[in-house]
Amino acid sequence: MTVYQASDLRKGLKILIDGQPYVVTDFTFTKPGKGQALYRCRIKNMLTNRADEKVYRSVDTFESADLQERKMQFLYNQEDEYCFMDTNNYEQVTLTRAQVGDAKNYLIDNLEVSILFFDVIPLDITLPNFVDLKVTRADPWVKGDSAAGDSKPVTLETGYTLRVPPFVEEGSKISVDTRTGAYLTRVK
Amino acid sequence: MSPGKSNLWSRARIIQSIRRFYIEQGFLEVETPNLIPEPVPEAHIDLLSTSSGFLHASPEVCMKRLLSAGFPKIFQICKCFRDGERGHIHLPEFTLLEWYRREADYNDLMADCEAMVIFVSDELGMERTIQYRGKVIDLHPPWDRITVADAFAACSPVSLKEALETDRFEEMMVLHVEPGLNASRPVFLYDYPSQLASLARMKQGRPDVAERFELYMGGLELANAFSELIDPIEQEIRFNKENAIREKHGRQPYPIPLKFLDALRTMPPSAGIAFGVDRLVMLLTGAEKIDDVVTFTPEVL
Repeated sequence: MTVYQASDLRKGLKILIDGQPYVVTDFTFTKPGKGQALYRCRIKNMLTNRADEKVYRSVDTFESADLQERKMQFLYNQEDEYCFMDTNNYEQVTLTRAQVGDAKNYLIDNLEVSILFFDVIPLDITLPNFVDLKVTRADPWVKGDSAAGDSKPVTLETGYTLRVPPFVEEGSKISVDTRTGAYLTRVK
Repeated sequence: MSPGKSNLWSRARIIQSIRRFYIEQGFLEVETPNLIPEPVPEAHIDLLSTSSGFLHASPEVCMKRLLSAGFPKIFQICKCFRDGERGHIHLPEFTLLEWYRREADYNDLMADCEAMVIFVSDELGMERTIQYRGKVIDLHPPWDRITVADAFAACSPVSLKEALETDRFEEMMVLHVEPGLNASRPVFLYDYPSQLASLARMKQGRPDVAERFELYMGGLELANAFSELIDPIEQEIRFNKENAIREKHGRQPYPIPLKFLDALRTMPPSAGIAFGVDRLVMLLTGAEKIDDVVTFTPEVL
């Protein structure tokens, strides 16, 4: 465990407060008059996602929140639960729909993701930047149909809908940028 | 040219106007060494040290020695250095304007502040108003004056006494008092509690209050001023207290500036002030961050 000084505070730093992991989402350094420095922090509880504001003084110290990132494979989802398996030790872990968030749009069988743990509690999921997904519903493209515009909506195998160029057809596979949710290219 | 860099024209004009103001008022412009062996020990100011001394956090040690040597009115515009200070209004290397008057007290410095800022804004053609962060600041003198005790009573959820006892003075200042000050006028926040006297003398008949003020404009703290403490024994006790606080928090204590203490023996009642030039440029150019009014920040060097 690392001990941080207030002067180590910065965006993205993960610290332990009352035994819970928090991430610093924003902070401002202030130093009134000849007084001690103050660090006004916006922090987020990584277990509950609740945002909070704290003021720390230059003499304050913190323990680091020791978090561990593990490579995991998506197995299946059942109602609100999403099940993953550690590819090293075959341990399984379940995340709720809320924890998975928008990542559910990209979760296909065997997809490799990384999951952030606080001790044994899964906190957050990080997807690969690009995921290839099958188009399960698309209106047919009529060549020369300019009225259709330069994009059309399609539905992917995960249920995610997005706009793609008109030439993308049902049954084809496309690559989607998981950071923006946008269409990138067709793939074989 | 990037938008930030265009402020450099205004910055140069502002500094030239400041200089003109003090010269016209009969002040002597001085240059004191930036590299000094004995700085002023302050609990919450960390110095940058070199193999041959400290980079000064303020030119006060040498300027007060010049006062003591007989110069009645002096000013200086110089770079100062404070380790670890970086924020939207802080740089570890920044520009201070300091001026000192013999036979004067902090009231004279308040009048100087009014006259100087008005002189500079006139030279920039600002019609005695400044627009800053969406607020209009009216510069017509006299500016607002409020004691620290009154400001705490008006703005802070915790009394001044309790804030001092629980080491929450700065927190209450930043969260409640500073935002509660009249934003449409420059404000002198004055008469600091004795614990925060620094190098200021106590008010006559009020041992609990020091003759110190800070100037705020548009929410920015611009200047810190004192009626100078000229008692070398009392000043040495305070320096030792500051060093004790440093050591309590695991920080290096600093050597006591003995030649400065000696100089106090021959200093008449005097007053001095440190005024943040970068922040004045921010106010007069509407800049949100100190980064926007300097040539380079440490991060881009």
